[in-house]
Amino acid sequence: MAEMTTDLVRQPAAVLAKAMAEGEVSSEDVTRAHLERIAEVDEQVHAFLHVLSDEAISAARAVDSRRAGGEALGPLAGVPLALKDVLTMKGVPTTCGSRILEGWRPPYDSTVVERLRAADVIILGKTNMDEFAMGSSTEHSAYGPTRNPWDLERIPGGSGGGSSASIAAFEAPLAIGTDTGGSIRQPAAVTGTVGVKPTYGGVSRYGLVALASSLDQAGPCARTVMDAALLHAAIAGHDPRDSTSIAAPVPDVVGAAERGDVRGLRIGLVKELGGEGYQAGVSQRFAEAVDILTSLGAEVVEVSCPNFEYALAAYYLILPSEASSNLARFDGMRYGLRDGDDGQRSVEEVMALTREAGFGAEVKRRIMIGTYALSSGYYDAYYGQAQKVRTLITRDFAAAFEKADVLISPTAPTTAFRIGEKIDDPLAMYLNDIATIPVNLAGNAAMSLPVGLAPEDGLPVGLQVMAPPMADDRLYLVGAALEAALVDRWGHLLIEEAPEL
Amino acid sequence: MTAITRAEVEHLARLARLQLSADELDHYAGQLDVILQSVARVSEVAAEDIPPTSHPIPVENVYREDVARPGLDRSVVAAGAPAWEDDRFRVPRILDEE
Amino acid sequence: MTTAHDTIAFADALKEFEPVIGLETHVELGTNSKMFCSCPTAFGAESNTQVCPVCLGLPGSMPVVNRAAVESTIRMGLALNCDIASWCRFARKNYFYPDMPKDYQVSQYDEPLCTDGYLDVTVETDAGPREFRVEIERVHMEEDTGKLTHAGGATGRIHGADYSLVDYNRAGIPLIEIVTKPLVGTGELAPQVAKAYVTELRDLMRALGVSDVRMEEGSLRCDVNVSLNRPGDPWGTRSETKNVNSLRSVERAVHSEIERQAAVLSSGGRVVQETRHFHEDTGRSTSGRSKEQAEDYRYFPEPDLVPVAPSTEWVDELRGTLPELPSARRARLRAEWGVGEHEFQTMVNAGALELIEASIAEGVDPAAARKWWTGELLRIANDREMELADVPVTPAQIRRVESLVADGSLNDKLARQVFDGVISGEGDVDEVVAGRGLAVVSDDSSLLAAIDTALAEQPDVADKIRGGKVQAAGAIVGAVMKATRGQADAAKVRALLLERLGVSE
Repeated sequence: MAEMTTDLVRQPAAVLAKAMAEGEVSSEDVTRAHLERIAEVDEQVHAFLHVLSDEAISAARAVDSRRAGGEALGPLAGVPLALKDVLTMKGVPTTCGSRILEGWRPPYDSTVVERLRAADVIILGKTNMDEFAMGSSTEHSAYGPTRNPWDLERIPGGSGGGSSASIAAFEAPLAIGTDTGGSIRQPAAVTGTVGVKPTYGGVSRYGLVALASSLDQAGPCARTVMDAALLHAAIAGHDPRDSTSIAAPVPDVVGAAERGDVRGLRIGLVKELGGEGYQAGVSQRFAEAVDILTSLGAEVVEVSCPNFEYALAAYYLILPSEASSNLARFDGMRYGLRDGDDGQRSVEEVMALTREAGFGAEVKRRIMIGTYALSSGYYDAYYGQAQKVRTLITRDFAAAFEKADVLISPTAPTTAFRIGEKIDDPLAMYLNDIATIPVNLAGNAAMSLPVGLAPEDGLPVGLQVMAPPMADDRLYLVGAALEAALVDRWGHLLIEEAPEL
Repeated sequence: MTAITRAEVEHLARLARLQLSADELDHYAGQLDVILQSVARVSEVAAEDIPPTSHPIPVENVYREDVARPGLDRSVVAAGAPAWEDDRFRVPRILDEE
Repeated sequence: MTTAHDTIAFADALKEFEPVIGLETHVELGTNSKMFCSCPTAFGAESNTQVCPVCLGLPGSMPVVNRAAVESTIRMGLALNCDIASWCRFARKNYFYPDMPKDYQVSQYDEPLCTDGYLDVTVETDAGPREFRVEIERVHMEEDTGKLTHAGGATGRIHGADYSLVDYNRAGIPLIEIVTKPLVGTGELAPQVAKAYVTELRDLMRALGVSDVRMEEGSLRCDVNVSLNRPGDPWGTRSETKNVNSLRSVERAVHSEIERQAAVLSSGGRVVQETRHFHEDTGRSTSGRSKEQAEDYRYFPEPDLVPVAPSTEWVDELRGTLPELPSARRARLRAEWGVGEHEFQTMVNAGALELIEASIAEGVDPAAARKWWTGELLRIANDREMELADVPVTPAQIRRVESLVADGSLNDKLARQVFDGVISGEGDVDEVVAGRGLAVVSDDSSLLAAIDTALAEQPDVADKIRGGKVQAAGAIVGAVMKATRGQADAAKVRALLLERLGVSE
């Protein structure tokens, strides 16, 4: 373990957990190593908005002393984690990347945080994100962009760019993301990491500051498929505080990650998610991965989901509609920013000034689109019609899952683009999520895992695996098999090829 | 779908309580128009008889039992408030109706 | 502000116009916890002490529906003869207001839980009681808002206030909203029908136990819709008067709105479709915002909640829990007690039915129970400006007083004093009797002594009686009663007196 103690931050969570369980290293050592790494590199990466140095160390010590006392601890006990700043944690600033929540300290824990605490996971801090999770680049954070550890001039994906960058930069072995239209998977793809959007309702949304309630889902970010499975198992499961939470056992994701077997599995290539509009290197690495899956014994078939063509349009109606309502509460009356209250202005003026000052451009844009789409006279043509399209997309998935056990596609059409490249072109930005959005509309589960570097720019490419609702285990079955084959080929995880910071 | 006008953007901003500047109104009028033209594609889909989906995973009848439990400590409630007076949230004067 | 000369007399208005009325009634359900969270619902708690992340609308919090609120609404729907939806949803009603923590209200929009029912109500007329069927459009669930207090400025009202204070204890308390269909054909009885309907709703909710409907705490609030049209014409433009929070105000609001609209129409004006605000102090309303500038509420299905889909079994089970409904109960009681319609209506109006029924159940003679509750106790309630039900006298106390009267320990006058003592907090019946020294004086020797004293003081009266003028005995009996502070049995005093003077009736 000598090698390990010198470079704790490069170890997967499962390896760290095992070493801690066997007494080779303490959680305090592991936690300190990561805090030091954060101190060392986060000025460049800017993955964190808030680092909980003291709290993390005292939590780690508590785990160590309980372990020393002979207590049997869970599989992730003592492992550090980075938490997306969209989940509440009692007493800890939660900004959602927005000025409007600057300084707000929630008086309660989200269910995800509660479960992380119960699993004795050490929370290192809160990670940067596009404001209220609106974006695909983390450039829309009010606190400045996060940079991609592979190339600091490029975006780390979004909205959960802080979470993906933190694990890609070895600042944390695990992170929590949230995925409304791809905010876990697309960042994973562009940073060469693993990200999973569980089935809608699989992980409680209680304490997740809502962007679009019917689309949002929290999930694990990690550098390996097994680490993602361990974290998935720790946070998933029914929660009576979230009415949309599914009251059924969590699929055996860890078991599936251990098995990692695609023999006899029918894998569907979604015709509509690929080809034109996809970067050459992305298509190339994707095709190679398909070959590997075939060689591993999977049966690859092509499936068609014709209504996916309308997914982006439906999504950019449903999301802003729900968001316009979810974000109404940020009015400066009860918490967060209040602007322009000079004792003379009316409540209406102060609310409007607060929201004008507290929200960034993308948030305002989407609030107005949503307000428009829900307005009387437009509801049927926009929101109502988008919900019907949603039904058709769900039916497309159902038909495809008749022919295949899982579906695959590239996660994102391109590798990481340059910071500033698309910031003023909302439509171009929205296209980043073209392959990830259908899953959110239908509510099923999906994973992104790295399948190589695009030859033209040397940047990571992600492959998306999609499974039917509550068949999240299949993601891990495929992901673990493919990851093992790739590691076999490369001799290491793709992330090891990331340049030193 | 008709083009969105600057006046409509102004109306939306008022509905959404956003005190947009004149520049922003101009800027957004153009952008919203492009976005709305694009998302209006949903209307190309023949979906007359298709039921709408509001929840991706159908779940019904989720209730909690009617048992009261204490909520937050008032000091905690007050701590987050931008303005607090006499144990209540202080808000600017309300003009619109009586 | 509308002034008196802007209206025309009610009777004149009804000569020219026919009213169409509609009522939207919001009532707080009597659940232990709030609609979507576990916060307590007790009235009168200190500000912002019954709040949590959910009812404060804190970021990330999520609602979960209170089963008891759904059950109460279904039971109310069944009692109102409604259809119960087999599948319905909550919706968000989006508008910004500082009393609303999320800046949207979770309500039901186009998919209410209960639809198409009716409630029969009776109003007294000179020609006897008349029944009206009030058709119910819908019954649905929603959440209440917080409470605003306006501070600074001169009036304490919202206008001219410098700022406002918000207490969110009430935010999230479950509300049931009952909406009638337009009610036509009530004519001059419109105000009474409106009042009778809301009264009947209140009684129904109390009977069902879904709410104790404390009007003084603002737990029932009505919006009153009124329009007028000339006979044969289509319905007129309606106004909606909000803030109508007592039974009396419901009647007054309809009455004054008919007068106001009649004046507008008679002078060739147009009634504006608008929201008006009722003022308890003046009994009149003032104009609020007009519908033309109404908010666009942007309703859409609440994505944080799942559909409410009551099974037939659940609805049937709830149907089985319905108690005897007030109208059926009234018919039964009237028959059981064998009282006339007018007398019965007096008891109903006094709110005495439950009390009388409970007293009878306690063993009090039915006639005595009716006499006390609609007589002395009602008088005390009126004097003290309280609801009869709030008079702190129990059926057991009435039974005790009655038994003391029956065995001659108390007479009617003393009994009234006993109740006065009980209500004034002097203790239970026997404690008041002992404490005030209230007992019929039955000791012959002390009565005879008092009679002798009275005869000595009024020798001329004594002579008259001796002379055969028996009717003059009243003066002596009165003096004895006065001397014994009413604690003697007057009949007995009279008998002793006549015996003493050796005369007979």
